[in-house]
Amino acid sequence: MLRRVPLFSQIDPAKLKLLAFTSERMTFQAGQDLCKQGDSGDAAYVIINGDADVIVEQGGNEIVVARVSENAVIGEIAVLCEIPRTATVRAMTRLDALRIDKEHFLRLIREFPEMAVEVMRELADRLTKTTAELTQARNDLKELAG
Amino acid sequence: MATEKQKDDYSLPENVFKFAWKHTKKQQIWVLSIVLLSMPTYFMALDLPKRIVNGPISGQGFEFAGAKGTFLNISVSLPDWLGGSEPIELFSGFQLDRLPMLIGLCTVFLGLVIINGLFKFYINTYKGRLGERMLRRLRYELIDRVLRFPIPVFKRIKPAEVSSMVKDEVEPIGGFIGDAFVTPVFLGGQAITAMAFIMMQSFWLGLIAGGIVLVQAILIPRLRRRLIELGRQRQLTARQLSGRVGELVEGISSVHVNDTSNYERAEASSRLGKIFSIRYELFQRKFFVKFLNNFLAQVTPFLFYLLGGYYAITGRLDIGQLIAVIAAYKDLPGPIKDLINWDQQRLDVQVKYSQVTDQFHVEDMLDPLLQSVTFDKVGPLGEKFSVSSLTVTDDSGTRLLDSVSTILPIHEHVAIVGSLNSGGETFADVLARLLPTTAGRAKIDADDLENLPQWRTGRRIGYVPADVSLFYGTVGDNLLYGLKHAPFRPREYQGEDKKRRLWEIAEAHNSGNCDLDINADWIDYESAGVEDYNGLINKTMQVLNVVNLTGDIMNFGLRGTIDPAAKPQLAEKIMTARRELGKRLSEEPYAEMVELFDPEAYTNQATIAENIIFGTGSGNLENGGNKAVYAYLHKVLSEENLDRDLFEMGREIASTVIELFADLPPGHPFFEQLSFMTAEEIPEYQVLLNRLKGVGFEQSKPQDRKDLVRLTFSYIEPRHRLGLMDEALCARLMHARRNFRDNLPDDLSNEIEFYDPDTYNSMASVQDNILLGRIAYGVAGGKDTILSLIRQVLDEHDLHDEIFTVGLDYEVGTGGKRLTSGQRQKLALARALIKQPDYLIVNRALVALDRPSQEQILENVLAYSKNEDGSERGVLWVLANPAMGKRFDRVLVMKEARLVEDGAPSELVRKNGEFAKLVA
Repeated sequence: MLRRVPLFSQIDPAKLKLLAFTSERMTFQAGQDLCKQGDSGDAAYVIINGDADVIVEQGGNEIVVARVSENAVIGEIAVLCEIPRTATVRAMTRLDALRIDKEHFLRLIREFPEMAVEVMRELADRLTKTTAELTQARNDLKELAG
Repeated sequence: MATEKQKDDYSLPENVFKFAWKHTKKQQIWVLSIVLLSMPTYFMALDLPKRIVNGPISGQGFEFAGAKGTFLNISVSLPDWLGGSEPIELFSGFQLDRLPMLIGLCTVFLGLVIINGLFKFYINTYKGRLGERMLRRLRYELIDRVLRFPIPVFKRIKPAEVSSMVKDEVEPIGGFIGDAFVTPVFLGGQAITAMAFIMMQSFWLGLIAGGIVLVQAILIPRLRRRLIELGRQRQLTARQLSGRVGELVEGISSVHVNDTSNYERAEASSRLGKIFSIRYELFQRKFFVKFLNNFLAQVTPFLFYLLGGYYAITGRLDIGQLIAVIAAYKDLPGPIKDLINWDQQRLDVQVKYSQVTDQFHVEDMLDPLLQSVTFDKVGPLGEKFSVSSLTVTDDSGTRLLDSVSTILPIHEHVAIVGSLNSGGETFADVLARLLPTTAGRAKIDADDLENLPQWRTGRRIGYVPADVSLFYGTVGDNLLYGLKHAPFRPREYQGEDKKRRLWEIAEAHNSGNCDLDINADWIDYESAGVEDYNGLINKTMQVLNVVNLTGDIMNFGLRGTIDPAAKPQLAEKIMTARRELGKRLSEEPYAEMVELFDPEAYTNQATIAENIIFGTGSGNLENGGNKAVYAYLHKVLSEENLDRDLFEMGREIASTVIELFADLPPGHPFFEQLSFMTAEEIPEYQVLLNRLKGVGFEQSKPQDRKDLVRLTFSYIEPRHRLGLMDEALCARLMHARRNFRDNLPDDLSNEIEFYDPDTYNSMASVQDNILLGRIAYGVAGGKDTILSLIRQVLDEHDLHDEIFTVGLDYEVGTGGKRLTSGQRQKLALARALIKQPDYLIVNRALVALDRPSQEQILENVLAYSKNEDGSERGVLWVLANPAMGKRFDRVLVMKEARLVEDGAPSELVRKNGEFAKLVA
């Protein structure tokens, strides 16, 4: 099951089994938050089934920036960088997720360079997307101003 | 004159005899007179054997048939030096035959033996009591002195040394005091009587005995002089050892983090070696002295037999006399030896006494009047603290505070800021009277702080230090400690108890102890501003709210247990709450978050062992802490034929665990998630599995079976998700549960209390009683939701206060070690707040907390420091974080032991001086 998650695709199946065994399987109700923006990050989640919205709160408004579903990994940034959660993730349906403890996650990255590369790829991917969006937004702003 | 008298009363005499005489004059004289009274019968008992042997046995005076002897003739004659006289007959006695005479004399002898024994018994008991009273007095006096030591003294004394002095070292002193005067008189009297008796029988034999006694008396003390020195050393080294062991226990973490355990071992070994050599030399010498003593004692009879025999043969001494002399001599070495022992003890105890009292004579001891008991209402502290040119230096001469002058009105909220040890801490300590001033003065209105009795400052000033000291006891005990000033409401005693209490008081007086009743109600409700106990609980809640500790106390309460027999109403209320909670939990969204215990259904969220035992017990049932229970569990499993199923299940668990964990390095964080076995056990199970490959349950060894079955005990399907449970197995486990319950052996019936939805379980915690079930695994936020639901139900059922009271009974451990350092600091602050001090001094307390918590508590405390009439109570806070100074009326800025700025915070910021720098 975890093999289908891109982040873990390179990892030895035996180790994935171990990860699955040592992680907690959690059920969330629709509307429940997996993590809250601003909280400290103590775990990352792998969504097993169900959908969730990634929400950024700004000046009291909640903006949905993405929707994630099965096999997505969320919350890894706060775990990696020891910064507060950058966004709220809210279950939109009943959702099952595997909760990977921060310590375990960091240990995995240290032990499996393939996974570290995969994490980097994921982050770079997101950065590219974000940069593109930022450029787009600036252009839009310029047009609006001009 | 008065001061002279006082001094005399409160200082320890330098000599143990003076100490004993001062306090036990009357008793000593009384017991001495009893001793003297016992002498005549003692002498008679010595004299009688001669008469028995010479009279009826040898036949003197019975030479012809029908002769009669005079029995019980009592006559007194004046000694020669009073002119002498014919014997005056007081009682002419009876005329008896030879045999009745023998019986009569022997009966008298028996009577004398009994009388002597009774005298001895009375004297010994009296002495013993005297000694115990003096021991009690001495210990009390030492403890009293410790309570009056000036605080700086405690920097250089080791707690364990003081306690070893009070406990062990004075013990022989107390025992000796009973003997101090009586023994030399009693034994000396005995010895002299015996000597006199021997002398009267035969002058020469007496001379020999006397000579040898003299040798003993002169030689042996000389030999023992070194023993005294050794004894002194033994005492010192033993005291240091106990000080060192105490230090070691307190500083154990330093030993571990520095890898100095072997240094400590070496240190201990060298100390013990020194003690050994002292003690070895001591007993070598002791036994030599003993040998010499025995030898001299035995030489005398040798001379007696030789010389006495010679005299008897030559007819200068009759046989009766010789036997009496030897009998008397048998009684002589005893007293002499004891007398020498006494002298030895005297020297030893003198040394001990002066060693101990030296340690307890310190300069500037507090006047006892400052600590006197006061039952009166203590009025307000005053208007203001005024401090002028206040200087404090430590023993090394460093200035901790350098000519500080200021006035602090009692109602002001003042902050002291500055870097660590820049003087603020010292200033606070001086105001709390923990440090004496070196120069300058600190006053409240017109009174010098140092001269104020503690009942004024101790009740009206609150002080919170950074290093909190809590006493062993409950949270409640510690919280109310600051209110126990005097036995305000005496306890009423009836019947036997009353007699006992009166006896206690009398005995306390006999030993010069205080007679305040520890069982009285010591709590000063008035200081706390409440009327009674219920008011006090409310007050407690208030102050714990101020310091943000209520939540923790509630948790203690929920984790605590109550005895339903002692508190039936509370148990009943909790049962009502359980039913109410159960009702709500059956509805969405809670239903899937919890699984309640049902005696007729398998609990999926609990372990297999929990499901069979289905109860709580003494010791830790879950981890096999209770061996007897687990042995019975195994027995039930084999009766149910479940052991073979669980054996296979255990095999599966073991192989899964080994597959997953085998190549992880030890200490890997994943092991935390492994509940079946420890990392160290994995190789053992690997070996076990290999051995059992292809081996079924029937062929396996009992121990291997147990090892595998044990693994399944902690299995919870929803948590471990290995897919090992099915309905059939659950049903059989349920059958085992019933078997376990119905056939529980009698000796285990006190160990386990089964879960029953309709009864209160006295062994389970309050929380487990309210929620008789398990919170489900894997439901996000389930635990928090359920816990807050429990709180809600508690509040609705008015249980909050009662569970809070249970929480107050939480034991804090030695020095409060069962609390976190943050909780300890909060508790210390609450302890100071509950007495509603006119002036609260907070000395860098709360540093164990994070900044937001500190700020919040500070706000709370400032808001709380108001009287009912709205007037402010004063606060002086030495801040760890200068920025918080802005919340105060006034800020004192300390720098290098000097007061450099003083004013309202806004003003100081404007001035752009030190405070502005610190805040920036």
